[in-house]
Amino acid sequence: METLALADMGRYIGVGLTAIGMGGAAIGVGNIAGNFLSGALRNPAAAPGQTAMLFIGIAFAEALGIFSFLVALLLMFAV
Amino acid sequence: MADANGSLAIRPMDQFVVRPLFGGETVGMFTITNVTLWMALTVLAVTAVMVLGARGRALVPTRGQSVAELAYGFIYKMIEDVTGRDGLRFFPYIMTIFMFVFFANILGLIPWAFTTTSHFAVTAVLALSVFISVTVLGFVLNGAAFLRLFWVDSAPLALRPILAVIEIISYFVRPVSHSIRLAGAMMAGHAVAKVFAGFAAALGVAFVVPVLAVTALYALELLVAVIQAYVFTILTCVYLKDALHPHH
Repeated sequence: METLALADMGRYIGVGLTAIGMGGAAIGVGNIAGNFLSGALRNPAAAPGQTAMLFIGIAFAEALGIFSFLVALLLMFAV
Repeated sequence: MADANGSLAIRPMDQFVVRPLFGGETVGMFTITNVTLWMALTVLAVTAVMVLGARGRALVPTRGQSVAELAYGFIYKMIEDVTGRDGLRFFPYIMTIFMFVFFANILGLIPWAFTTTSHFAVTAVLALSVFISVTVLGFVLNGAAFLRLFWVDSAPLALRPILAVIEIISYFVRPVSHSIRLAGAMMAGHAVAKVFAGFAAALGVAFVVPVLAVTALYALELLVAVIQAYVFTILTCVYLKDALHPHH
């Protein structure tokens, strides 16, 4: 009983810690969007052609944040 | 408003429960559930916009027809930009994916609606069908040369085996990130909206603050719904490009 409660506690702490992964994804997405904006302000004519690249980059950066969410889900429901 | 444990009685995940529509408790393979209902409504909405809207085929389009034409032109240009002209053979598939995900996301925003794309089972089927068809297509079109996708020619020779391992792992992780991105974004947004709505119920007179927050969140969710449909489709195009042109 005691060990079970302890294991639950560790699990919930782990799930909380995975929220840090969200910060990493936020830095990545912000970096991409900020660099796109600064590039677009220097050369506005070229910007519309690159919005697809912007979204692809954001999607890939976001994927790594999603993996931390996946770890949280696995800890909550699978372990 | 507080339950037996002293915490607020907000159940943000209850909205994602799959329930049989016509009585009964168990959900079997062919049970009609709320997921079935909202998927059917999604298909009906797509049909209404694309088939009924464009039925007139007028030279000067009506409002309904120009919506259908805008969606068509948008996806056509996306495939042309990302995969190149030879990707246009697969236009019907990608258009279907976009319209389905887009309408499922948008219909899920209606209050009391069920968001079908918030379930991993739904998005995993979409992503796996893309993954399997792209892999099969790559081998059919390029034969064994498709494996050159994992052999990065531009890197130094000593690094290439290590890069190949990384490329293979990232290739097989694709359906996971592809599906969880959509389902996670949809689920998280709806759960946050529900939590804020629960605050409004608990706060009494000060309910105005959370209601304003929910209104702002709802606008954000509308943006997220559109962007996630766009991202899902454009990633399909990116994966398709790898099958058509496996050389870096």
